Amino acid sequence: MQDLNSTGLEQSADCYHCGLTIPPGTRYQTLINGEPRQMCCPGCQAVAQTIVDSGLDNYYKHRSESAYSPDINSKELPDSLLLELGLYDDESVQSDFVTHQDNSAEAILVIEGITCAACVWLLENHIRKIDGVSKVHVNLTNHRARISWQPETCKLSHILAEIYRIGYQAHPYHPDKEEQLLEQEKKRATRRLGVAGIGMMQTMMMAVALYGGALQGIDDKYVTFIRWASMVIATPVILYSARPFILAAIRDIKTRHLTMDVPVSIAIYGAYLASVWATLTDSGEVYFDSVTMFTFFLLIGRFLEMTARHRTGRAGNALLNLLPASAIKLVAGEEQLVPASDLKTGDRVLIKPGHTIPADGIIVAGSSSVDESALTGEYLPIRKETSAKVVGGTINVENPIEIEITEVGGQTQLSAIVRLLERAQEEKPRSAQIADKVASYFVAAVLLTASGVGFGWWVVDPANAFWITLSVLVVTCPCALSLATPTALTAATGTLRQNGLLITRGHVLESLANATHIVFDKTGTLTEGNLSLQEVIPLKNNDSDRATRIAAALEQHSEHPIAKAFHDQAGTLKATSIEAELGQGLQGCIDGLTYRIGKPEYSAAISSQPTPELPASSGQWLLLCSDQGAIAWFRLNDQLRREAREAISLLQGLGLQCEMLTGDNSSAVSEVAGQLGINQTISGVSPAEKLEHVKRLQTEGAQVMMVGDGINDIPVLAGAQTSIAMGSATDLAKTNADGVLISHDLLRLVDGILLSRKTQRVIRQNLGWSLCYNLMALPLAALGFIAPWMAALGMSASSLVVVGNAMRLNRLPKRPISLSQISVTRPVETDSAALNQVE
Amino acid sequence: MDIIFLLIPIAIVLAGCGIWAFFWSVNTGQYEDLESPAHSILYEDDEDLIPKDARVNEDSARHD
Repeated sequence: MQDLNSTGLEQSADCYHCGLTIPPGTRYQTLINGEPRQMCCPGCQAVAQTIVDSGLDNYYKHRSESAYSPDINSKELPDSLLLELGLYDDESVQSDFVTHQDNSAEAILVIEGITCAACVWLLENHIRKIDGVSKVHVNLTNHRARISWQPETCKLSHILAEIYRIGYQAHPYHPDKEEQLLEQEKKRATRRLGVAGIGMMQTMMMAVALYGGALQGIDDKYVTFIRWASMVIATPVILYSARPFILAAIRDIKTRHLTMDVPVSIAIYGAYLASVWATLTDSGEVYFDSVTMFTFFLLIGRFLEMTARHRTGRAGNALLNLLPASAIKLVAGEEQLVPASDLKTGDRVLIKPGHTIPADGIIVAGSSSVDESALTGEYLPIRKETSAKVVGGTINVENPIEIEITEVGGQTQLSAIVRLLERAQEEKPRSAQIADKVASYFVAAVLLTASGVGFGWWVVDPANAFWITLSVLVVTCPCALSLATPTALTAATGTLRQNGLLITRGHVLESLANATHIVFDKTGTLTEGNLSLQEVIPLKNNDSDRATRIAAALEQHSEHPIAKAFHDQAGTLKATSIEAELGQGLQGCIDGLTYRIGKPEYSAAISSQPTPELPASSGQWLLLCSDQGAIAWFRLNDQLRREAREAISLLQGLGLQCEMLTGDNSSAVSEVAGQLGINQTISGVSPAEKLEHVKRLQTEGAQVMMVGDGINDIPVLAGAQTSIAMGSATDLAKTNADGVLISHDLLRLVDGILLSRKTQRVIRQNLGWSLCYNLMALPLAALGFIAPWMAALGMSASSLVVVGNAMRLNRLPKRPISLSQISVTRPVETDSAALNQVE
Repeated sequence: MDIIFLLIPIAIVLAGCGIWAFFWSVNTGQYEDLESPAHSILYEDDEDLIPKDARVNEDSARHD
């Protein structure tokens, strides 16, 4: 081991920039605010150095979260990246997302990697320092940056490169139709809410004068004047703010089903017109204050519901991050960098190792292995020889290959998955919403009662009939009833968001509480999704530390997932003349000795010794040999998430049936299931078969919740009643899931289920309370005891009770004691019937 | 009390101004980011504005 204390520094365990553990034996440090700080990789070091060099080291003082680990490896960005960013300087590419005004250009970028407000400060200050940039505003809520610059003095690619240099990634943002509609809807709703709020306050002031006058006596001329003034203020509220209610009510009456909007509209417009009539004729009662307050309360409920629905955190262009922005096209043997969207069928494209394949095609030269984990969940790369088919969106791992494109755009396999997803969404079972059911009964009851009361009074006392019927409608108006659900959902959604579970669709809390089955994808969901070194077995009298260092030196420059498992073990050894044998292993020289690492037969072939016995435990076994004989076995495995076991046992404790559904077909599947105590496993299934399985469960009456992360999970995510995508999932998966697990902590699912059940209880209490209040107030109103001020008071009081009750959802409920500390692992029973069906 | 015949219309006009201001603020995107301004007030971008003799932090020595 090296002497780490030579600087007199204490070695902290975590990277100062991104908070990851610093691998032993590495030394990267940056001077920040005069203190040397340890970093975990050259990337973090480069980013920290850039930040310090631009005089922005205050970032480290301000921040409340660690940064993400950056994508770059040195202060100088690789040429390939700069070339790719250079594509964005092209006029035709820019025309999509850049607007020009006078002599400055403006664009909106989506920025990845923002963790807290200090990131915004850092980005704004850093970009502002670039020559030619005139305006920068970074939005912390939706991670978009609006940047204006002078195209003569500064190129867009330079701005993008600078963003990369401080450890973030930027993509151009061009919103799709849906996104623009959401934006407009939100603005319109905010304006309506504002008008209703201001109008409510003004009319309430006038109303207090009228109530006071009613008690103490007031001149008629003042009463008339104040009524007219109230009418002037209430009119825009009714005509502008309350429009959505009347439009929805008209639509519902046309389609013959009763919703909340019907009695709400009858009450609002009825009371308003009656009050206008009363003002014009100087008779009866005015309800302007109740009407505006009512509109305001209801709009708040709607607004909260809408913000809970809109919280998607999506980039707006879903396929963008999966397909590469550029491709190297071969024209008459010349390499040309072109935007991937310009590729046509029949083009020849060169794909370097580590690059994403831009479209479906056939390999025409070279052979390599391709990482198809995004599509199939198989985490080991698949070997592809010449004339094999490759799929767009997968990653070339080992050698450069040339492909001829066979399908582009809408014809590719990736688009086929997207189409499958759209179909799944259309057929998605709707979760029944309690409030709607209650509402329709309630509506019918109110309308019947009101007409009954109206008829009764008309027989007894025609002069008062109309006003009393109106007060029945105003008092029983389901204000608290329509606030009952949205306030509870909003409080619960906010709580979950603060705890790392982002809910993006309104029905989730309802369907989470009713879930009976929870289906997990394996790779990347229950496991970390990458191989890591699990154990080293030295052979004969070799030392395992040295063996690991030799292996790490051999694997240092390979990008294969197997090699990456050794990257954090890198020491000072250097390997020379490395040769990779596709699908077999590597050979290289260290200190004059030749070594091989890889499949046992391949490695053992280097020496004259026989291949040693394979150890018993499962996983990927690699053998390290020199020409002297075998040195050590290495076991690699995709590691389970730390909290997976506890989460599964808690979920089972809550009465949920846990299943695993994976495209992977290796022995790892049953091992993972065994360790986690999952006794329903289906492996080796395609996206379509996954969807089939979930549908079959649903026809048996199960409420399915799906947790996944890959492209191959997307159709299932869309088809299950509730779907949660992991935070590390592709954008496409996140966009189509009902929720995103930002914190990567599976235990948050348990919290989500517990809180959703509590939310259901709170909603029921709220509905019960508002029904109770209505039942008490109705007879009083029907007997003509309720003055307008009492109606207004009762309405606000009952609404406040409902909101207060919903506030109880601002804290997470306690988790039950985990069973995993006491339970014994059960034997694994793979679902053989299901397996047979799949085959 | 006849003054209310003047005051109430003034109040209505002011409320109208309030609504106009609110529309302006929504349409120019003032409500799009409700999180970062709350933090930005805490950032010490103004250290260079503090007169030298009033500085309390120990790194004032390094600025000399």
